[in-house]
Amino acid sequence: MSGKKESSNVIRLAHGAGGVLQEDLIKFITKNIPFKKVNNGIGVEELDDGATIPLINYEKEIVITADGHTIYPLFFPGGDLGILSVCGTVNDLLMMGAEPIALTSIIIIEEGFEFDILEKIVDSINKSAEEANIAIIAGDTKVMPRGSLNEIIIATTGIGIKDKNIQVLDNNLKPGDDIILTGSIGDHGTALMASREGLNISTDLESDISLLLDIYNILELDIKNNYIHAMKDPTRGGIAAALNDWANKANISIWINEEKIPIKKQVNAICDMLGLDPYNIACEGRALLSVDPKHSGNILNKIKSTQIGKDAEIIGEVKAENPKRVFLKTIVGGTRFVDMPLGEPIPRIC
Amino acid sequence: MLTGDNMDIPGINILRSEQFTNKVIETINKIVKELGKKIKFMHVCGTHEHTISKYGLRTLLPKEVEVLSGPGCPVCICPAADIDKAIELGKRDDTIITTFGDMIRVPATNISLAELKAKGADIRIVYGPNDAVKIAKENSDKEVIFFAIGFETTVPLIGYEIQSGPPSNFSVICAHKLIPAALELLMSQSQLRIDGFISPGHVSTIIGLKPYEIFSQAYRIPNVISGFEPNDVLLSILMLLKQVRDKKYETFNEYSRVVKPEGNKIAQKIMEEVFEPVSSPWRGIGRVNEGGLVIREKYKEFDAEKKFNVKIEKSQDIPPGCSCHLVMVGKLYPYECKLFRKECTPIHPVGPCMVSMEGTCSIYFKYHSDDNN
Repeated sequence: MSGKKESSNVIRLAHGAGGVLQEDLIKFITKNIPFKKVNNGIGVEELDDGATIPLINYEKEIVITADGHTIYPLFFPGGDLGILSVCGTVNDLLMMGAEPIALTSIIIIEEGFEFDILEKIVDSINKSAEEANIAIIAGDTKVMPRGSLNEIIIATTGIGIKDKNIQVLDNNLKPGDDIILTGSIGDHGTALMASREGLNISTDLESDISLLLDIYNILELDIKNNYIHAMKDPTRGGIAAALNDWANKANISIWINEEKIPIKKQVNAICDMLGLDPYNIACEGRALLSVDPKHSGNILNKIKSTQIGKDAEIIGEVKAENPKRVFLKTIVGGTRFVDMPLGEPIPRIC
Repeated sequence: MLTGDNMDIPGINILRSEQFTNKVIETINKIVKELGKKIKFMHVCGTHEHTISKYGLRTLLPKEVEVLSGPGCPVCICPAADIDKAIELGKRDDTIITTFGDMIRVPATNISLAELKAKGADIRIVYGPNDAVKIAKENSDKEVIFFAIGFETTVPLIGYEIQSGPPSNFSVICAHKLIPAALELLMSQSQLRIDGFISPGHVSTIIGLKPYEIFSQAYRIPNVISGFEPNDVLLSILMLLKQVRDKKYETFNEYSRVVKPEGNKIAQKIMEEVFEPVSSPWRGIGRVNEGGLVIREKYKEFDAEKKFNVKIEKSQDIPPGCSCHLVMVGKLYPYECKLFRKECTPIHPVGPCMVSMEGTCSIYFKYHSDDNN
C-alpha cells in the first residue's frame, strides 16, 4: 500500500515510546556501527541496560550506561527533570549489578530558558547525586536558538564497576526462576499524564521516581553469588515491555499472576478512565528481578525490609515452554497474552 | 492486587472476583449441558471485546459457547470518505483538525490523519469536544474543525457544544453512527445464526431499553444490556443462555446499576434537537437505514461539510486483501485473515479494525494467540 510507505519514511513519536517501533529505530541507527564491543564485553548489540568494558588482567569490569532525558512538564508530582536524569542513569548501572561511581552530564538549553528554573533543576541533580553517592566528573553545555528544542534536554552517562563474574543480564533468566517486582506499577506515567494540561484529573498520585540503591545494597551478596539472574527497571513501555524483552532475549516464557501485581487504586482508576493499560505505563523507581527459586523467599524479605521495596511481591515465574511469550493469569482466572507495547499510549475515545 | 485506600468503586469486588466467576461459570456449564448444542452470541461493543479478551473470558467458557465480536468499534466503522474529508480540510493552512486519539491512525483511502500530521498539518488529539471549542477560542485566526465520530455515547457531548454557541471559527465533521439500526441489520441477517446479543451499556445509558425491545421481539432473539466488568459480561452470557433454554426473546438489563430503562432524557433531547437520523454508510458493512446522523439545518453554520463544501469523489473502505468487513460482522476471526500479524499489525494497520484498542483485530493481536486461545 502506498500509505504504508509514506508513514515509514518519517520518525514518529511512537518511535521513542519503548515499544516495537523503538526497537526498529535503534536497529536502524546501530546496524552499521563498525566496532560494537570492547574486550568481548557487553556491547551495543545486547541492547541491555548498559555496556561493560572488561579490564584485562583484572577481576573487575567497567560498566557504562547512557541516557537522554526530556520530560513534560519539567516539574511533575514527585520529581523533576534533574532527579530523573540522575536516577534513570544510576538505576541502569544498578540493574547491571554494578556499583555506581561517576556521572557525566550534558545539558542542552533553549535560548530564553530562565536561570531560576535551571537552578532548581541543577539543585535536584546535585541532591540526587549526593543521595546516590556518585561523583559528577565531566560535562558539557550548549545553548540552542529558541524553537530548536523544547526548553531543556539533559544527557547523562553513568560509570560503574563490578566483578567480572557477576552476570546480571537480560538473556540470563532460567526456567524455574521466580519474578519479583519491587513495588506498584504505573505511578510515574499515570501521575505525569494526570498532571498534563487538558486532562483535569485531580489526584494525590505521585511519580515513583527513586534510586534503587537501597535494593542494590541489601542484595549485594545475592548479586555476587549470582542468585539474581537478571534485573531491570521497567521504564518506558512499563512491565509489559520489560518482561517481553526478557522473554525474547532469554528464549523463555514468563507467567505472571494479575492478582499479585501491585497497582495503586488511583493508577487503576485513571488508566481505566483513559483506556490505558497499566502494564504499559512507565515506572521510574521500580525493579523486576529474576531470581533463583531456592533464594527467592529470602531475597523478597530483604527487599521488603527497604522503604522503596516494602510492597514487593513475587509476581510470577519463568518457564521453558512457549518461549518468547509473556502470559497472564487474570483476576477472574482466565489466561491471556501480555504483548510488547507498540508505541506511545494514547487515551481512548469513549 | 490493588493498593491504597482512595477511589473505591462499590461492588467492584464481586464484579472482579474469581469466586463469583467460578459460580457463574458453573451455572453456565450446567445450562449448556442441558441445551446440548453449540450457541453463538454476539456483542456489538469494542469495550466488551476488550473486557472479554483482557480477562481471558473465552478461556473460561465451555467450548460450546462462542462469543463473536460485532461492529462495535466507532473508529472502525467510520467510512474512509469521512476521514478523507478531514484530511482534505487538514491540508488547508488556516485549519486545525481536532479529534479523538485513535481516529488519527486509521488508514483512509490514501493516508491517515497521523501521516498528514507528520507532514506538518496541525492535527490535535482532544479528550472531548469541549477541548476543541477551547482551541477555537484560543485561535480565532484559524478554522478549528472537530472530526466527530462515535455512537450515541459521544453524540450528546458534541450536540451540547453546538447548542451552547461556540465561536464562529468552530465547526464539526459529523460522522456519528447509531447502534440500534446496526443491531436490527445484524438480527435480520439470519445466515449469521446468532442466538443472542450482548448490547452495549454505554450507549444504553443514553438511549435506554426501548430502542432494543422491538427488535428482540420482532426477530425472536434474546438481548441483554451488559456492563463492562468481567463478571458483568459472564452474567450477561448466563442471562442469554437462560433465555435460550426457556425460549424467551426479551431485552434484559444486566447493567441496571447504570442504565435506566428510559435512558438519559436530557441527552436524548440534545441529540434530537441538533441532529437528524439519516441512512448512512458504515465502513465494511454498507449503508444502514437510519444508521447515522447529520447536523440539522438550524445549526448548519457549524457543519464543516457545508461550510467548506468538501466533497470526496471516490474512496476505498476496505483495501485489497483486508477482511475487516468480515471480521466486523463476526463471519471471520481476525487470525483467519491472511494479513493478520503479517502485513497488518497495529504499527502498520491495513484495515480499520487493527487501529483502535476497541478494534477486534487490534485486541486479538494484543491478547490472543492465533488459534483462539
